[in-house]
Amino acid sequence: MQAQVEKVRAQKRARHPDFLHAILVVTAFALPVIATLSLYALLNGSVDSIQAFGFGFLTSSKWIPNPPNGGPPILGALPAMYGSVVTTLIALLIAVPISLGIALFQSELAPGKLRLPSIFLVELLAAVPSVVYGLWGILFLVPFMSSNVDPWLVGSLGFLPIFSGETNGLGMLTAGVILAIMIIPYGAAVMREVVTAVPRAQREACIALGGTKWETMRMAVIPYASTGIIAAVVLAMGRAIGETMAVTMVIGNVARITPSLFLPAETIPSVIANEFTEVAGNGIYLAALFELALILFAIVFVMNLLGRLLITRLAFHGKAAHDV
Amino acid sequence: MFESVASRRLINKLFVVFASIAFLIALVPLLSILYETISAGYSALNRDFFTQITPPIGGSGGGIINAIEGSLVMVGIASLIGIPIGLFAGAYLYEYPGMIADRVRLIAEVLTGVPSIVTGIVVYVVIVATLHRFSALSGGIALSFMMIPIVAISTHESLKLVPSSIKEGGLALGVSRPKTLIYILVSTAKSGIITGIALSVARIMGETAPLLFTALGNQFMMNSIFDPAESMTVLIYDYGTSPYPNAHAFAWGAALVLLLIVLGLNIVVRVASRLKPTTPI
Amino acid sequence: MIRMSSKNNKRNIGIVALVVVIIAAVAGGYYFSTMSSSSTTSMMPVTSTMPSETSVMTESSIMTSASMSETSMASMTSSQSSWQPTVAVQVLAAGATFPQPLIQKWTVTYNQIYPQVTISYSGIGSGGGIQQITAKTVDFGASDAPLSNAQLAAAPGLTLFPETLGGVAITYNLAAFGIPSSTVLNFTSSVIAGIYMGTIQKWNDPALVALNPGAPLPDAHITVVHRSDGSGTTFAFTNFLSVTNPNWASQVGFSTSVTWPVDTVAGATGVGGKGNPGVAGAVKNTNGAIGYVDLIYAIQNNLGVGAVQNAAGNWIVPSIQTVLWAAQNATGTPNPADLRLHIVNAQGPQSYPIATYTYLLVYRDMSANPNTDLAKAQAIAHFFWWAIHDGQQYAPALDYVPLPANVVAADEQLLMTLNYQGTPLLP
Repeated sequence: MQAQVEKVRAQKRARHPDFLHAILVVTAFALPVIATLSLYALLNGSVDSIQAFGFGFLTSSKWIPNPPNGGPPILGALPAMYGSVVTTLIALLIAVPISLGIALFQSELAPGKLRLPSIFLVELLAAVPSVVYGLWGILFLVPFMSSNVDPWLVGSLGFLPIFSGETNGLGMLTAGVILAIMIIPYGAAVMREVVTAVPRAQREACIALGGTKWETMRMAVIPYASTGIIAAVVLAMGRAIGETMAVTMVIGNVARITPSLFLPAETIPSVIANEFTEVAGNGIYLAALFELALILFAIVFVMNLLGRLLITRLAFHGKAAHDV
Repeated sequence: MFESVASRRLINKLFVVFASIAFLIALVPLLSILYETISAGYSALNRDFFTQITPPIGGSGGGIINAIEGSLVMVGIASLIGIPIGLFAGAYLYEYPGMIADRVRLIAEVLTGVPSIVTGIVVYVVIVATLHRFSALSGGIALSFMMIPIVAISTHESLKLVPSSIKEGGLALGVSRPKTLIYILVSTAKSGIITGIALSVARIMGETAPLLFTALGNQFMMNSIFDPAESMTVLIYDYGTSPYPNAHAFAWGAALVLLLIVLGLNIVVRVASRLKPTTPI
Repeated sequence: MIRMSSKNNKRNIGIVALVVVIIAAVAGGYYFSTMSSSSTTSMMPVTSTMPSETSVMTESSIMTSASMSETSMASMTSSQSSWQPTVAVQVLAAGATFPQPLIQKWTVTYNQIYPQVTISYSGIGSGGGIQQITAKTVDFGASDAPLSNAQLAAAPGLTLFPETLGGVAITYNLAAFGIPSSTVLNFTSSVIAGIYMGTIQKWNDPALVALNPGAPLPDAHITVVHRSDGSGTTFAFTNFLSVTNPNWASQVGFSTSVTWPVDTVAGATGVGGKGNPGVAGAVKNTNGAIGYVDLIYAIQNNLGVGAVQNAAGNWIVPSIQTVLWAAQNATGTPNPADLRLHIVNAQGPQSYPIATYTYLLVYRDMSANPNTDLAKAQAIAHFFWWAIHDGQQYAPALDYVPLPANVVAADEQLLMTLNYQGTPLLP
């Protein structure tokens, strides 16, 4: 009897192959395909530029798509990379302390009823589309910065080279501020998760020894979660470097390397956004933009990988420590 | 601890103040954006705004119906492609855990971090340049490239949250693995999966960069998905950076509509899942 | 199946309903759009132009040149009105922002005459127009910069013809310093070159003061605005500077996209704007800014327009009349085989020196573009014909100059050679 049932079942399985398995495998395949396709498209597109400029592309600060005597373009990624790095640094300087403060507020300080709404409100910041940030930036923040913040900075700290020069609101400082606002929710969310994941025992031990909330944070929680906090910073950095629309709308779009934060500059995504549609039949120019995209892809890939590996390592170590 | 108790208490108080201020600081831009968008965009919303097409540059009157159409169509195409593939890919990650699944999951997480402009130029090269046309279809495909990893990851996470006892109960009752997955696990994880899908729709609705080089723009309504498409996001970008006050009013109006949809989706979904925090990917 | 609590059910139903609503909206919007694609455009106002100061003054001269083109127009209108599009076609064009206001006025008006023909024009810069038509991703392109021989070689079969012309204005914003937009400041080529090379950094520089003795030029920094994208307006502007200033020619040259010395000189401030609107916007939002834009953008944004010294030594403000004089003096005899015309720094006492034709780019055999079928090609060719005849009447209100009669005649000859796999598209 049992053998007969088994036989029927086996026949049934033979007649109806497991379609679901096939579908699952094929669709999961889509993810590596998208990744490989993107990488291939970027590599293929930048071949001409890599051949023309070689490694010097990363160190050259000249951006001359159409030289006066009609020669081949002389292009370098340095101004774009410089702008990306500087705006990201400004964004991190502003966002990291605020994110940490928010994370600590949400996990430790917020009264019970306030906790979930506070998390929800900060996450709404992440839901605002980038172009709306850009619109708000260009029509509200830029005039605000140029009439209120910039003159104050020039007046009080104008002796510093970073605060020298004319101010018209469009520049690396405004771009950095907008980026900071945009990455705060990401940083805060990851930091909050790692802070909440610190075992109660650590906190309770500190409190038992008579520590205040701040001392608990300082001595028990933050050192324990330090890997996670670094991960949050790295992930936020990756997000900031790749941000396109809001930055393009407020950064002024000029290929320049300057210490002054008030002067218009550019970032890698803003160069691509501005110049991609019109690399007029100029093979090397188009390839250079692809190479910029490739550089951007590589930087963001490394940041993301690093951040996530740090989090995984934290989970592993945290678990191991907890099991001890 | 060699400081006095009083100074330690003071430092503690300062910390509480700082953290609270940090939270309030984060709210300021949110409130400012909401305020500016509502006050500047409200006056642009009238019947014409929702029924007429965009006027020529520098002109007056008109509306954004072609942009609304383009956005809806492209998000629709992206959803039609992205939701099934993302769902099944997430189910794969759950059903067949192991080294391959780990690698695929890592690839998905990395893909969510790829800047949207890179996705745009990849789709330009792969589709627009080879087919020789800018189209709503290529815009939708670019958006789906962004959607698939997000839906896959959220589906995977939702499935993982289902207690294993439910899966084991199904298998113990003799339900085959595929049926267990479809009828039992997915339906239990339904709310989490739908939340993930709704959030990804809200996310791609607000994307601009992938559409710049794939759908280009259209002053008229589309005749088919193979025509170029205007979208609310690209319109906000174009009109926001132009000098005409009329264009600015349109940009704010479109931003208001977009914000209402995107934030509305976010609020509904999160409230419905009882404000459980989700990790923004 | 596991039963869920009714509360869970209600919530999930709510979420599902939301998603269904979205998909329904997509479908509904698409359905609605295909139903009404012909009717929505009829709601567009025909006259949506901004008032223009200069067009009033030069009505009389416009009438003469318009009447000259009317004679050739009359001979073709009969064949034009006999053509009717058979299917709905959607055409995609992209290119220069210089003629964008006029081209978009044309497409809207043409759509009202032939509701089945929708032509969408995206202003992505002349560089973009050249690139996209070369890549055959658009049906026709537009560029103020005439294509170089190399660019033409990269796109075999591509041809171009001018559809209008205009002036590149030197525009500035000194309203905050007591110089309203109605005040006309004088500029010479060397002063402009100095500003864009970063050697003249302040408004009260002696060179500027010498040219404008009566004006209260402030001791303020000049914010120098240029294009950040590939631009035919830049081409005309730098072409003028190169032709009149050997220093500029050797250091910077002329092109759709140059490296602006002002961006890297210490103490100078260069700002990049995207498209003509971007430059106009940057000038409008910055006190003490200077920029170069197509005339209409300066007027529509209430910015000051400067007088530039021409080859004859006179100070000329850009207007329909002065650009027309430049064209009449410098165009010569247009050759349909090569309609690239240079009218920068034209001779003549009243010629505006920074004048430029702007071109539409199209493949002579339109089947070269795999997306252009016969119906679309016919629509495009007839639209071009309409544009150089009937369309010219809309130019003056937007401060563009109607094509001189000899240019229209040469354009006609070129348009007659447009074909689809050998079959002529016109008449």
